Amino acid sequence: MDFKLSPEEEAFRDEVRAFLDENLPPDGERGPEFGAEWNRKVREKRWVGFSWPEEVGGGGGSLMEQVILKDEMAKRKAPSLGSCFMGLAWVGPSLIEYGTEAQKQRFVPDILDGKYQWCTGYSEPGSGSDLASLQCKCTRDGDEYVVNGQKIWTSIAMWSKWMILLVRTDTTGAAKHDGITCLLVEMDSPGLEVRPIKNMSGSSMFAEVFFTDVRVPVENRLGEEGQGWQVTISALAHERSGIAEFHGLMRNLDRLKDLAKRSMKNGRPASEDPGLRRRLVRAETKVEAMRLNGMRFLTKQLKGEKLSSETSINKLHRALLEIELGEIALEIQGSAAPLWQGAAPVADDGHWQRFALGWPEVVIGGGTPNIQKNIIAERILGLPKD
Amino acid sequence: MNFGFTEEQELLRAEVRKFLDQNAPLEEVRKIVETPEGFDRHLWNRMGELGWIGLAMPEAHGGVGLDFVTLVVLLEETGRSLFPSPLLSTVIAAHAIQSLGDEAQQARWLPGLADGRAIGSLALLEDNDSLDPADMALRGKADGDDWILSGSKRIVPDAGVADCFVVAFRSGSSPDAISLAVVDKDSVGLSVSDHPVMDLTKRSGQLQLAELRVKSDAILGEAGAAADAVRSLVDLGATLVAAEAVGAAEAALEITTRFAKEREQFDSKIGRFQGVKHPLAEMYVDVESFRSLVYYAAWCLDQGASEAPAASRAASQAKAYAAEAFARIGIDGVQLHGGVGYTDEYDIQLYLKRSKWARPAFGDSDYHYDRLAAQGGL
Ligand SMILES: Cc1cc2nc3c(=O)[nH]c(=O)nc-3n(C[C@H](O)[C@H](O)[C@H](O)COP(=O)(O)OP(=O)(O)OC[C@H]3O[C@@H](n4cnc5c(N)ncnc54)[C@H](O)[C@@H]3O)c2cc1C
Repeated sequence: MDFKLSPEEEAFRDEVRAFLDENLPPDGERGPEFGAEWNRKVREKRWVGFSWPEEVGGGGGSLMEQVILKDEMAKRKAPSLGSCFMGLAWVGPSLIEYGTEAQKQRFVPDILDGKYQWCTGYSEPGSGSDLASLQCKCTRDGDEYVVNGQKIWTSIAMWSKWMILLVRTDTTGAAKHDGITCLLVEMDSPGLEVRPIKNMSGSSMFAEVFFTDVRVPVENRLGEEGQGWQVTISALAHERSGIAEFHGLMRNLDRLKDLAKRSMKNGRPASEDPGLRRRLVRAETKVEAMRLNGMRFLTKQLKGEKLSSETSINKLHRALLEIELGEIALEIQGSAAPLWQGAAPVADDGHWQRFALGWPEVVIGGGTPNIQKNIIAERILGLPKD
Repeated sequence: MNFGFTEEQELLRAEVRKFLDQNAPLEEVRKIVETPEGFDRHLWNRMGELGWIGLAMPEAHGGVGLDFVTLVVLLEETGRSLFPSPLLSTVIAAHAIQSLGDEAQQARWLPGLADGRAIGSLALLEDNDSLDPADMALRGKADGDDWILSGSKRIVPDAGVADCFVVAFRSGSSPDAISLAVVDKDSVGLSVSDHPVMDLTKRSGQLQLAELRVKSDAILGEAGAAADAVRSLVDLGATLVAAEAVGAAEAALEITTRFAKEREQFDSKIGRFQGVKHPLAEMYVDVESFRSLVYYAAWCLDQGASEAPAASRAASQAKAYAAEAFARIGIDGVQLHGGVGYTDEYDIQLYLKRSKWARPAFGDSDYHYDRLAAQGGL
């Protein structure tokens, strides 16, 4: 066991730190131009798509370097690297693995530059957890595919230029995974309609998307016909790095401790409430476990082994913690908890009220806890499928 | 960067597992715990010869000189097989002597503790059940260079078989005026008695000290200056108890998973039902997670003074998570077995009892969460 960095890794860390010293003003002192400026600079450093191969414009960063970069950025509360979220998370990796040369050249640089957003059309009204049952119909007509059907829960559909879409090309009823094809669809295609859905916090971040004879050129198919499931799985596997998404949780915990000191509850600062104190450090203990689990997974990867279902461990933690932190945030605020932005007793302009209603994005959006538990029980413990 | 074990450590794991599987499978453990001493002297001595008891004790005094991370490997295995022995007690007592004692004291006690000829135990808890030095009341009165100790230690691990005790006593009125003395079991004024216990694989007892005279050469370090050492021993103890809990909880999960794959109800293996498979998945998540915390705590402890605050934090996190999770694993393990889980015949109940032992040992979850809150800026 040894947590030391090699001299090269240290040099890289120092480079990151020096960059941050020079280019990242403290939180709160970042002006209106900062965002664009930051995006340009990190792109120049090739830190956007840092894990992608250099041939496609990525940074070719090693696993360790990715961890270092992420850590240093998080420590300094830096904004994200790149702005095309889904493009960077899975569309890009799918393109790199399955895309044609022409597709790569057309799409990858734009993803890195954050020119526009991508959205993800996987879920349907009848196909959520059981994604492979999807029914969105697709037939071939010469050089084009014709799509008819519906998608739902498509995050940021209304602000996206492109969609990565899963459709059913084979309806003969052969194995359900084999009839699925992946298409790249322009959102302003005729016959494509987006209807935003209001969520329980009152905002609309996702939408229903309807397809009526939407024509998609065959050249915009990603992978082979019938290969869509594989394309999706390997894209989602790309998410399965050993690096746990604990930084955001850590940051929120620090802010919650601060909130607890500022908030009065039952006649004294909430930070003096023994129950709340324990819940805060209990959550912090779990976040630390996530960090260290991630290090163990990373060690495995550095030894050349592939990760599999063990990444569900941290996904489950993350989901449960997301809910718990929201609950803690509300309980800290005592009787002010059920008020909303604009009410005088509400702290931080209602941030925590919104936060406490925001967990479904993580908890439901990324595969529900029940599904994560099935994965662990069946693939790791070897219990029979239900 | 490497958050894994070395090849030597993995080899040790395999060797210990083989030794325990051959010599102390659970049928054997059940017999051993019924003997008057509650452990097998013959196996104990062999472990001494193999260098396992003295694994983390200094080479200069009969130990092997390896680190706590390696010791964790050994303890995961002893935990896994619920091996009954005074290993943990002896290792912790030896560490008290090693970290505070001078050369002569180390030379006097460590070689015997390292090879198993002697058994040691750290005596901290009194009637107020507190691990905080400020709450320790067992009184020491200076008499020339000697100290006269009077009072009692209420819960002392392996008291009945220990040859020597490292006893924490109050040597002044300031909260931190605590000293550690090594007290021989045959000392005049000492009476030792055994407690009946729930987990037969973990014995404990109590000490009564009546005007017990301790020579100055048996006081570890400077008199009145051991409070920090006591706190570090709690960190160490918490980490090592949690290390045994990793192995034991993992075994409980394996036993229950195996049962869920065999037992059939409603024309199906019960492991197909989510009411069964989901708690098993949760157990897995918890074991893997407190395992990570334990490994890290051991690593921090190995870094010595440079990482002392980190070690204390990591130890608390490891023990807090382990105590809580293992307790639930014990209960769920029995529950998922149905009626047979409640029988003496099935092994799962042995793990439930072990979880009851592990929970308070060197601080339960609440104790450690409170410590973390106080140290973590709340
Ligand atoms: C904020 C948000 C953003 C999203 N963004 C996108 C997006 O951009 N693109 C996209 O394609 N999708 C998106 N989704 C959809 C998301 O992937 C699905 O909601 C998710 O897969 C669950 O599917 P479902 O909603 O149909 O629920 P269902 O699958 O119907 O599940 C309902 C309940 O049943 C449980 N359940 C289902 N099957 C099982 C089982 N086998 N065992 C035990 N319990 C089971 C679930 O755990 C859940 O509690 C988003 C969802 C949310 C909430």
